[in-house]
Amino acid sequence: MVTVEHLTKRYGTFTAVDDLSFKIEEGHVYGFLGPNGAGKSTTMNIMTGCLSATEGQVKIDGYDIYEEPDKAKRRLGYLPEQPPLYMNETPWEYLKFVGEAKGLRGRELKSQMEAVILQTRLEGMEHRLIAKLSKGYKQRVGIAQALLGDPKIVILDEPTVGLDPIQIIEIRDLIRQLGQERTVILSSHILSEVQTICEKVLIIARGKLVAFDTPDNLEKLFQASHGVSFVAEAKAEEINEILRELDVISDWRMETMADGRIRVDVQAASGEASDLSRSLFFAFSRKKKALLELTPKKASLEDVFIELTETDVPGADVAEHESVDPFKNPAGSKSEESGVADR
Amino acid sequence: MMAVFRRELSDCFHTLTAYIFGAFLLAFVGVGAMIYNIQQAVANFEYVLSFVSLIFVVLVPVLTMRVIAEERKQKTDQLLFSLPLTSTQVVVGKYMALLVVYLLPLCIISIYPWIFSQFGEVYLLTSYGSMAAFFIMGGALISIGMFLSSLTENVGFAAGIGIPVILFNYYSVSLAEHVSSSAFGSAAVLCILWGLLGAVIRHLTKNEGLAYGVSLALIAATGAVYWMKPEIFEGLLPELMRQLSLFERFYTFVSGAFDLTSIVYYFTIIVFFLFLTVQSLEKRRYN
Repeated sequence: MVTVEHLTKRYGTFTAVDDLSFKIEEGHVYGFLGPNGAGKSTTMNIMTGCLSATEGQVKIDGYDIYEEPDKAKRRLGYLPEQPPLYMNETPWEYLKFVGEAKGLRGRELKSQMEAVILQTRLEGMEHRLIAKLSKGYKQRVGIAQALLGDPKIVILDEPTVGLDPIQIIEIRDLIRQLGQERTVILSSHILSEVQTICEKVLIIARGKLVAFDTPDNLEKLFQASHGVSFVAEAKAEEINEILRELDVISDWRMETMADGRIRVDVQAASGEASDLSRSLFFAFSRKKKALLELTPKKASLEDVFIELTETDVPGADVAEHESVDPFKNPAGSKSEESGVADR
Repeated sequence: MMAVFRRELSDCFHTLTAYIFGAFLLAFVGVGAMIYNIQQAVANFEYVLSFVSLIFVVLVPVLTMRVIAEERKQKTDQLLFSLPLTSTQVVVGKYMALLVVYLLPLCIISIYPWIFSQFGEVYLLTSYGSMAAFFIMGGALISIGMFLSSLTENVGFAAGIGIPVILFNYYSVSLAEHVSSSAFGSAAVLCILWGLLGAVIRHLTKNEGLAYGVSLALIAATGAVYWMKPEIFEGLLPELMRQLSLFERFYTFVSGAFDLTSIVYYFTIIVFFLFLTVQSLEKRRYN
């Protein structure tokens, strides 16, 4: 459906997108994930013909976006990061313009406009000025615009940014609904969003593709970092003593909570997290110490994301990044030495 | 292209640009007609047009300043790029819309000579010939304004450059009498112009090598020609300024001659600046 091959975009000496290649199949919701400045918007702008690439090519349904832009663009609907709306028009006038520009005429145009207005739940708003609409409605007008012309592929750049929680849920439902009949590519830096709506995730960092898989598979990829977090009714020395005797543990870290109790993060040496939980349960019960809480920790997409975008991953194509990325996510590196992800 | 045309036309009416443009043009032509045709009882309507042409210095930038700069500011140019439209379609569609906005008040004005002809002898051929030239000259100025609007995303700035550029063009003939007509002066100014051309190329292409290369090559060529045959440059600058003036050519029509070379000149200007506007728009993709 969409093929991106060796895509590179340079601004002077700064490389925004670096030899990016991937293939997108029909009929899924794809998530484009990356920290701010990773090259998500740049890639999307190139894919939709808004920006030229320094090198490489993009094919939409077999048509090159530069060589046959008309055919390629007719198969695309695009919502840029900032919805490109004419503020002094009404959604109706605006959608009419976009529909006409996409080659729709007469009855066809009208029926499609009505359909997208219904789909994006803009009814009742179509004759108000866009400038007077709330941000959520503006976003819907932007999405409605992208859906005109019945494109096979819909590309949405951060569609939920700046919306309130209810609007976010509504837009996500809409995207899920779109994914049933079209290929949807959306970018985001909100992990939970991608996890809930996307069937496949592309993680991009410093202009390079570092992972491309389902959210579940990506989490499995990082199961090595599984561990358990527990709260026991015991003193620090007692806990240390018990843990030292267990060989299923590779490392642990303690943290005193506000109520004086101690929370311990334990890293499994090998095996499943459930083996570790079992060993801990029996070890503490033998010593007559109660376990008040026992939570297995799974690597979340968040951990995967941080791991992939902040560090080099074996096998992933992040060979050289000595250039300082000015947009690097300042989320901070997790305690890599202990291997315990603190939450 | 028709979609862009229709949208731009309705935008001109949404934003009052069309009304302001039309109202001022009609008001000035009205005042001119009153002074020349009614009070002084002159039968030549073309004098009114010649009197009014100065108002283009302000009205054209008012009409054109938003046309592309605003799209950039609102980031709606991204929409235009992602739609199945070529940059040429966008530019020509917009230009046509501006021409229509300009044509509407002219349609009203075109009744005036006919009204005057009911009360006396008016040479309608010159009147309408001048009006046609007035329209085409305005079209040429609009294409220049449109190009200037495509250079920036600041609407005020687009108008800010537009006014002096058109003003300079308006006065270039009178200024021509005061500039140096010596060979050295002409060659020097030409070199400065090549430098400016380099700056424009640099702004459009972000390619310093190309900009400096073109500039230096032209300056070197000018220097070489000056060294070998300085008499070529004798009086070149004032002549150039006279030739480039859009307004000066319009006065030929006012004096009663329908000058086809001037019409060709106006069309050349229109095509040239629309071409530059398309390039300027395309450049956004290649920055």
